[in-house]
Parts: sequence; C-alpha cells; structure tokens
Amino acid sequence: MSAAISEPEAEAAETSVAVKKPAGGGLGRYVLVRFLLIIPTIFILTTLVFFLMRITGDPITASMGGRLTEAQLAERIQAAGYDRPLLVQYFEYMGNLLKGDFGTAISDGQPVSSILLNYGAATVELVFYALIVALILGIPLGMLAAYHRDKAPDAALRILAILGYATPVFFAGMILKLIFGVFLPILPIAGRGTTQTEYIMSGVVSPTQIYLIDAIRIGNFEVLGDVLAHAVLPAVALGVLTAGVFLRLVRTNLIGTLGQQYIDSGRSRGISEYRLVTKHAYRPALIPIITVMGMQIALMLAGAVLTETTFGWQGLGFKLAEYLTARDFVAVQGIVVFLAVIVALTNFLVDVIAAFIDPRVRY
Amino acid sequence: MSTPDNTTQAPDNTSQTPDGKAKKSWFSRLPIVSHLRQSVGLQRGMLITGLILCGIVLICAIFAPLIAPYGFNQLGTSEGNFGSKLPPGGTHIWGTTVGGYDVFSRVVWGAQTAVSVIIVAVIMSIFAGVILGLISGYLGGWLDRILVVIADAVYAFPTLLLALVMSIAISGGQSSAWGGIAAAAFSITVVFIPQYFRVVRAETLRLKAEPFVESAIVLGASKTRIISKHIFRNATRTLPLIFTLNSSEAILTLAGLGFLGFGIEPTSASEWGYDLNKALPDVTSGVWWTSVFPGLAIVLTVLGITLVGESMNDLNDPRLRVRRKAKTKGAKAAKAVTSSSDNETAEAK
Amino acid sequence: MSENVGNNSTGASGGTENPGGTVDTGGTDSPSGTAGAAKSILDVDGLDVTFSTDGGDVHAVKNVTLSVTPGEVLAIVGESGSGKTVTARSILGLLPETAQRSGAVIVSGKDVLSVSGEQLRKMRGTDVSMVFQEPSTALNPVYTVGWQIAEGLRAHNKRASKAELKTKVIAAMEQVGIPDAQNRFDYYPHQFSGGQKQRIVIAMALALGAELIVADEPTTALDVTVQAEILDLLRDLRDETGTAIVLITHNMGVVADLADRVAVMYRGDLVEVSSVKQLFNDPKEQYTRDLLGAVPRLGSTVAGSRKAAAAEAAEAASPDAKDRGEGAPATASAGEAPDTGEAPAAADSGKPRDERESVVVARNLDIVYPGGFGRSDFQAVSSVSFDIKAGEVYGLVGESGSGKTTIGRAIAGLTRASGGSLQVLGHEMVGFKERTFSPIRRRIGFVFQDPAASFNPHLTVGECVAEPFAIHRRDMTPKDREKRVLELLDSVQLPNAYGARYPHELSGGQRQRASLARGLALDPELLIADEPTSALDVSVQAKVLELFVDLQNRFDFAALFISHDLAVVDMLSDRIGVLFQGELLEEGTGEQVLGSPSSDYTKRLIASLPVPDPDEQAQRRELARNLRTAAS
Repeated sequence: MSAAISEPEAEAAETSVAVKKPAGGGLGRYVLVRFLLIIPTIFILTTLVFFLMRITGDPITASMGGRLTEAQLAERIQAAGYDRPLLVQYFEYMGNLLKGDFGTAISDGQPVSSILLNYGAATVELVFYALIVALILGIPLGMLAAYHRDKAPDAALRILAILGYATPVFFAGMILKLIFGVFLPILPIAGRGTTQTEYIMSGVVSPTQIYLIDAIRIGNFEVLGDVLAHAVLPAVALGVLTAGVFLRLVRTNLIGTLGQQYIDSGRSRGISEYRLVTKHAYRPALIPIITVMGMQIALMLAGAVLTETTFGWQGLGFKLAEYLTARDFVAVQGIVVFLAVIVALTNFLVDVIAAFIDPRVRY
Repeated sequence: MSTPDNTTQAPDNTSQTPDGKAKKSWFSRLPIVSHLRQSVGLQRGMLITGLILCGIVLICAIFAPLIAPYGFNQLGTSEGNFGSKLPPGGTHIWGTTVGGYDVFSRVVWGAQTAVSVIIVAVIMSIFAGVILGLISGYLGGWLDRILVVIADAVYAFPTLLLALVMSIAISGGQSSAWGGIAAAAFSITVVFIPQYFRVVRAETLRLKAEPFVESAIVLGASKTRIISKHIFRNATRTLPLIFTLNSSEAILTLAGLGFLGFGIEPTSASEWGYDLNKALPDVTSGVWWTSVFPGLAIVLTVLGITLVGESMNDLNDPRLRVRRKAKTKGAKAAKAVTSSSDNETAEAK
Repeated sequence: MSENVGNNSTGASGGTENPGGTVDTGGTDSPSGTAGAAKSILDVDGLDVTFSTDGGDVHAVKNVTLSVTPGEVLAIVGESGSGKTVTARSILGLLPETAQRSGAVIVSGKDVLSVSGEQLRKMRGTDVSMVFQEPSTALNPVYTVGWQIAEGLRAHNKRASKAELKTKVIAAMEQVGIPDAQNRFDYYPHQFSGGQKQRIVIAMALALGAELIVADEPTTALDVTVQAEILDLLRDLRDETGTAIVLITHNMGVVADLADRVAVMYRGDLVEVSSVKQLFNDPKEQYTRDLLGAVPRLGSTVAGSRKAAAAEAAEAASPDAKDRGEGAPATASAGEAPDTGEAPAAADSGKPRDERESVVVARNLDIVYPGGFGRSDFQAVSSVSFDIKAGEVYGLVGESGSGKTTIGRAIAGLTRASGGSLQVLGHEMVGFKERTFSPIRRRIGFVFQDPAASFNPHLTVGECVAEPFAIHRRDMTPKDREKRVLELLDSVQLPNAYGARYPHELSGGQRQRASLARGLALDPELLIADEPTSALDVSVQAKVLELFVDLQNRFDFAALFISHDLAVVDMLSDRIGVLFQGELLEEGTGEQVLGSPSSDYTKRLIASLPVPDPDEQAQRRELARNLRTAAS
C-alpha cells in the first residue's frame, strides 16, 4: 500500500520528462489555438460581470445609499461618471482593464489593482498548499480504490470521497478550528502568522507576499515554522475536500481505462495487475484527469474565498467577503474579474500540459 | 421530471410482455426504481442510504411546521425570550444561537428552504438548458457557436462567484428586493444552465449522427419532427443523473452564498449557510452546537443526493456496474445482446 | 526468469497425464502425419463456462474438449454467440470475474484454471500469448510501441538492461516485417497504419517466444488486402518458429487459408473437429454444411435472382451480346439478358434494363470534407462518373477510405457533393436546397449498416416502419397505415406481432428486415443499401440477401448496393463499380470486373479475398503474393 502511494511521484517525474521532449508542429498549433480561445472567454466573462453588476444601479448608491442625502449622492455619482450612458461606461471600463486599471474601491479609496497585488499572493499561497494536500492524498488513494475496485478498501475510500465532497469547506474549517483550536489547542486557527510574524513580514524588502518564500529568503526559521503552522488547518480544510474530488476522478478514469483492450493485451503477456494499474492504465487516464483537475483548481479559488473567510486568512477571498459586506461593488467587480482571468489562464495551462502528455496531439 | 426509460438498462419486458406500456414495466422503468432493481451489494447499500437521507430531508421540508417546535424567526415564547447561546438540553434540544433562535427549529426549517431552492433552480435551469441545447446542437451555425462560447466561458467559472454576481444583480445590493428564496434560486438557475446546455447539446450532436436520425432525414422529416420525436427523448436520458449531481452542487452554492452573507435574511426564512456564518465567532469560544447541527444538515443532505446520483451513474455505465456472480439466483432482465445473438443463430437454423 | 525453459518437458508430462483430452478431436485426420502422435501443447478438457448477465446465467461454453500440437494451426469457427471467443480467452485465463469455469485447460503441462495468480501471470507471454481483434485498441495510445513490446519482456525478466531489451524488441519488430524498426522503436501507435499495428500486436505476442498463440479474429478489423498480408505473416511465423496458433474466426475463407484443423462451435457446443480438407470437402455435421452453404462466393448467385436466371438462360441459349451503358467496356456477356421474363412483378416497364432512364447520373463528382482550422480539406471522392438505371442493382465495392459510403450518403442528401454533377431522379445534388429536394426524398429508400442503431429505441418497430407514412402520407387514416405496415412486415417475412415490439427486442437480422421494410414503405424508385449485411452473421446475411433479391424482383426498384465484400456485391449486382481512394477504377458486369479486371488494384482485391476452399485458396494466395510484390 505504501508502495502504491509512492508510485505517483515517480510517475510525475516521468511526466515532466515527457514534457521536455521536442514538440511537433501539431502541438504548436494546438497551443496557439487554445491560447486564442482565452480571449473570447475573458471578454465574455468581463462583459457579463460588468452588466450584471450594473443592471440594478450604480455602485455609489449601493454602497452609500442610506448614509448620504440625495444631493450628495447625485454629486458623487456625477463626479465618478456613473450618470453617463452604460455603454460609454462599459467601453471606458474595458479600456481601463486593458491598461491594468481595475478602478478604485469606494469604501477605502484604494486602487483595486493594488488590492489584487497585495492580497493575491496570499490566495495563491493557500491554493498551492491545498493543491499539494489534494494531490498527495487524492491521486494515490484514487489508484488504490481502482486497484481494489468493488472491494472493502474501495468502498471505504469512495464513501470518504463523497463525504469530502458533501462537506462545505467552511464547515470543515469550523470543525477543524473547534478540534485543534479549542478542544485540543495545538494549532493556530486564524491568520497567516502571529502578530510578530506579520510585523517581520511587513519589514521584508521587496516582498513576494508569499510568506513561505519570504521567510526562507530572510532565513528566519522561527517565522517559517509559524507560517507553516498557520497554513496547516486552512490547507487541510481546502485540500482534503478537493482530494475527495481528485480521488473520484482518478478512480473513475482508471477503471474506465482498465476496461480497455490494451490492458487485456498487457495482461495476456504476463504484466502484473499492479503494474497495469500504476503504469499502463495510469498515463492514458491521466489526460482526462488533468483536464478536469484544471477545472477543479479553478473551483478551489472559489473554495479559497470561503476558506479565507473562515480562517481570517488575509487573501483576495477574505477581502472579497469584506467588500461584499461593505457593498463596495467596484472592488467586488475587480476581484471577480481578476479571478476570471486567473481561471481562464489556469485552464489554458492545464490543457497545454495535457496535450504535452498525449502523443496523439504532440506528433 | 419526465420518465425517460433507459434502453441500455433493464429492458425488463423482453421475456414476459412485449407491450412496453404494461403497468408493471412502466413502473419498473422509472429511473430510480429501475436502478434499485438492478443494484447489488455495496451499490445497493449506497443507493438505499442515499434514498433514506433524501427522504428524511424531504419529510423535514414538507412537515417543517409540525416537526419544528418553534418558528424559524421565533426568539421566544409568551414566557419570554429563549436566551442566547443556551447549550443543548431541556426545551432546546440543540441549544440556541447567539441571536437567540432555537437551533433545532432553524435546522428543520432550513430543509424547507434548501428543497424549495433546489427544485425551483434545477427545474428552471433544466428547462432552459435542454431547450437551448437541443436547438443549438441540432441547428448548428452561428447561433450554436455563440452559445457554445458563452456556455464554455461561464461553465469554467466557479459557480459560487457567478452566483454571487447574479444575486447582486437581482437584489441590487439591497436585500429583499425579491423574496430571498427566489433570488437565490434564480442565481443558481443561471449558473447551472450552461451545464445542462452542454450535456444536451453534446447528446444532440451524437444523436444527429446516429443512423436512426439520419434515416428520418432521408425520409424527409421536418426539423421539428426530428428534434421532438427522435432526439428529445434520447438526449434527455442522462438528465436524472445530472439532476441529482447538480442538486447537491446547488445546495453547496446556496450555503456558500449564505455563508458570505448573501443569502436569505433570518427573518424571511431559515438558511443553513447563513447560520454557519453567524456561528463562526462562536467556534473560538467553544460554542459548538450553533455550527455543528446546521453544518451536519448540509453534509447529510448533499451526501444523500450524491449517493443516489453516484449509484445511478455506476448503474447506467455497464463498465462500472457490479454484476452478481454466476450461479446466483435472480435473473431479471434479458440482456438485449445475448437474446439477439441467440435469435440470430436460431434464424440460421 | 529465463524464457521458455523446460516447456517441452513439462508439456510432455502434462500431455500424458491427460490422455482423454485428445479423444475425438479429429487429430487422426490431421494432414501432418506426426500431429496425431505428437505431444499436444494445449489440451482443453471438458471446459465449461457460465456467465452471469443482466438476463440471467448464460452457458457460453459447454463441455468443450480440444487439443493442439506444436506448430499446428487450429481454427475455431462459429457465429456470434457460439462461444469461440470465450473458449479462446479461457486459454489465457482472461475471463471476467462473473465467469464460472470448470474442466481443465492444460497449457504446456499446467492447468490455467487451477494455477495461482502469480503462476498464471508467468505463463502468460512465455507459454501462451494472444493477438487481439482490433489493433488500434490493443495498443496503448500514449506509450511508444517499443516500450510496449519491452514491457512484456520486462515482466518476465526484471533485471534486463535497457539496451538488451531494445535489441530484442527490434528483432521482434523486424521478425513481423516492420521496416526501419530501429527508428520506429520510438513511434507511437497512431503513427502506424492498421496493418502495421496488427504486426506490432503480433510482435508483442511473439517477443517472449510463446509456443502457443491465441489469435482472436486477427484480421476482422482489417481490409481484405491487408488481411491477406497478415495471414501470410502468421503462416510464415508458424513455419519459421513452429508456434502453434489457435485461430478464432467467423470467416471461412480465413479458415481455408491458414488452418490445419478446424473446430466448429455452435451455441457453446463443439459441433465437429475435422482437418481443413475434410471440413470443406465433406463436412460431417448438418450445421457445418449449412454454414458453408451460406458463405458468399465469387461468381455464385442468390436463388431467384436475375443473375441466377440469366446464368441458366446462358446455359440454354447463346449469349445475347449487348452494348452496355457508357463507361462500361462493351464486351459481350450473358450477365444481362432482357429481363422481361425474369421479373414478372415488374410488368409495367417492359423495356430492357439498359434502355431505361438513369435514376442516378454522376459526372466527375467530387466530394470534399472541409478541414478545420489549419487542417487541409479531405477529398473523399474525386471525379467519379457512373449511372444507375431504373430497376438496376449497382454494386459499389471498395475498402475503408475508398469513398463508397460517402457516395451513397451524397445521393441521399446526407452529405454535400462539392463538385462535378450528381443528378438524383433528375435533381441536381451539387449545391442542393433541402426545400426543392424534399419532395424527391419519398422516392428514395435507405438501409443503414448498423441494424441496432438505425431504429429509434423509443418507438416500436411498427411505428418506425410507419414513419414514412407519417411524414409523406398525412392523409392516410391510422387504420390504413396500420394495414400497410402489416403488409410491409409481411413482405419482409416478419410476423405481424413484431410490429408492437421495440427494436432491441429483435435480432440483428430481424432488425435489418424491418429496416428494409421501412426503406421500401413508399415504393421508392431508388434504394441505397450501405453495407446492409456486414454486421450480420453469414447465415443471417444469406437470408437477408435472399430477401433483398426477392424484393428487388417484385418491386423493381433501382438499388445502390455498397459493400466491402466483393463476393456479396457480385452475388446480386447487375453492374459493379470498384472504388479506391475516392476514384472509380473500373466498372462493368460481375463477369467483366471479376473475370477480366483491368486495374491492378482490382486484381489484387480479387486475389486477396480468401475463398472457402483450401486448395483453391492456396493457388489464389500465390497469385495475391505475386501481385503484391509486383505492386511494390
């Protein structure tokens, strides 16, 4: 069993070797076509979000409707240009987006682009930790379930996976906080670090904002330990639930691949069942798995919004929830559009990786 | 829901009644009933567990006024207020919340909210998605291309974020412009339309190349006739399955919206995600009952629906279906393949 | 693990322990005199296999006893459901868990059914190996072929070095005739043609030196000309290495070509085991005789067909030389006597067939499938010209990719013709509009290849057959409609009760009859039949072809009969066109095309078609070999 778990790493290494192989013309064209497809995707999502957010009114009224007088409101609306025709505002917004200008938050007056820069890294860090947890758990367990298909280990793993899927990430987070923060207080339950860590981090010259990297750069291992301890619970909450999805994905695809004729062909030549699962079926199954995983990573961003709120993890999701409460729709719109771009880019990258692995596209 | 009988599964009537409209076989060809009849062992266990969980949620939803001791927005009785953060026991078996509501009552009433949102949202999105998918897939052309690009863009976007934007669009940031339930349901509808659209469109494209549809084209059948008579019923074969899988996603989206404070106000209905949001600060002080019970309600509801959907998925796919070992009793449905090959050779004689 | 050490000695002892295994297997009839005395490499003794399915238990193999000696080719033939594939897979222990097995399968002295899993794994590949039906699915698409062949070697010798493996793999690839094996070691399966893929599958099976190979329909997925090459390869390998082969097939021509002995199975029972000569010359069992009788042969006819009548007439009277339509060489032939006498039902048109009007006229027809982004267009049909006269059966024959189906679809308006001219019942199909073509559709019938997929699973057979009336005869009362449906079912010899059944409740042959009924519902002037019998067993095919001829005689419709099987096309066509890569190489009557083919491809096609007669096939094989070497 432990062998089954260690196998994917070797496999992943081999995959990366495959990526380095020279690419044929087919792949180049595929990458280009796939890249061009991002443009309409981003365009459609931005347009959709813009009009949906503005369908019922302007951001100023939404944000300060109750607190200002009619005259003050009208004045501020005019100053911000929200009284012009919607289409004019739309083209202006799209033009600004191309320049990297996401607008200015109403509630705190910060440029949205700087919010994205300051808090985006934290979200990336969280998703990265969670992804590692999800991959380390999901892929080997999925292989294990496929190997023991319809037997007791498979049944147990599937039920675990479904439970993982059925649990909302914020509820899982709250349970983890209850257990490890209250009943068995061994892990920090909020924030990205202690106040002292945050203070040290604010002093880092040209920070990446990814605490893991910054802590290593300044060589402060106490801070590094603190940063990692703070990451455990959020990463586990988000990662374990995603691991359930990965487990199901790997299991279903492997079982489908194990029904192929070439598996029987391998079996007829004396290749062991273990090797058939971990080698012969694994790579063909990996291609659809990677594609769907890309979509899952996108979903993890949404999960991150909830996880950050639960654990007070100061990332984009945490800020998004804050701005939602403040009804600051300029900031909300900026963050959502930014996340849409990230999702589109992630899906593109994942499809390219899948194509690299598939020789039918490569040659 | 319609009752698309699945040709790949259980053509029960082969042996006994050639008349497919016989009452018994009509019943046994209903999606879930036929799945239950086919299942064995673990798959059957999963399906039954799922059905029981779904049943409990449905009962809570329908009979909430009878089951819940208090109203969802009731803060006290004539004898005075309940009090805040009372631990479970006594008159409040699951305790009270920080706001002074009865946890048990809120959880039971929450089932009603969840079920009504799912039903409204999923049915609305099925209607829109199926119609768009059929038309787009069959007619093709520029309409198809535009719809596909839009659906693909929306499909890849996290459902929760889109639902968030939708609910802002609907309520305009001011709550109760619409009823909370309707707003949540409509947000979720829009999010799920692309999913149904994609499935139905893909099925339509596949069916369009099937000989039986081509045969209708060769005969000169009109487009409406082909879509309604030949494609519709076959393309909607997998819908019960997507229905169950989407329902669980709909609940999670609803809960996520509530958790971000964008769901339904406690005065208009009870919503599990909202209660969890309010319970978030309680956790640090060790007040566990305000979060554990509504959280478990979400988990068990989604679990039930997912178990049903997963089992149906496995039973629909011959590769994933577990069969009884040979020499056990229980012959049910004559498999078309074997019976036809038998006839084949009989014909040869 | 060293390969095939001690196989022979253990095999010998295993053989003597099971003397009963070889009883009544026809071993004494074997052409190789030593075979009867030699130790067998495979003994199947009282094998019984039962599957559990949704429809209850299926007794797939019943008490089958067989044996194979080294270097022998034993063919197991049978139609679908005969249990031949299950028997073959039992030899490697490759049955699913739902199978209950009893009896013994002794390979090289070890019983496959009772050895442990690990022992079985070690036997697979070294003692017995398998060649699969569909080479494109038997190869893993994401690994190089070299790696895949090496995997088998690695499974039995964990310490083999990379260089060592590569040498062995390249040797195996060269053995099966893969040119430039050194470089192609690193190719992926999709970079090979279908025939080459099957060679690689064979190389995989041979790489470990197995002395017994089970080949499950090894040529069924391949074109006839490629099939001939693979059969040659298998024969050469047997001659060179002495590998015994268990050949599973439904094709009697393949049996005649390759087998030494033949086992005939029917519904799980072993009907008879004979030497190949005896089986074809003097079959013992009635079932075998029926089976052989149903096999279409070149130059044969279907009872009751014009050709049959014409052949009789030709014997009685002198041939009536006639000028044939344009495009066909004007050689004298008896194939086409005036038909007034033979087709009494078609009394309304008394004119000889070739003076009648053409229902389909193709002139320099081009059909191009547009390519996608950055992909070039695919020219499926280029500059094809032919005519189909009223009441004539025009056979279109070709291998995969020849464009035969595309032409049929273009005539029915399912695919757009892109250049030249294609007149169907007077309507130009190049750039046609659905609105103007629609009224003509009722005059065209279509029968599809796959009988399982050509009916809407949600409608009864009766409703499906009534579909044409529902579309074109809105004025018909339901009662009239029902009456017509029953008449139609009657005319295709289906019982009335079948109208109320659903398509999946019918067998393949019955569905294809119903499909004919639907195609003929509106008395079409033209029927397009696209490989209507290729999904059917031979005995069922024979019945459906007979029915087709009978209906054609009665209703006198023109027909385009598309098939990959030269013999089938020859049996019922008035004229034949041979397509190759989108071009019409030649056309003419059966006698002209088969008797004196003008193109090299047609010659090769004819010579590659294996005939169910071992002696004749041996001669044809030589001819085909010579033609192939001449071509390359």
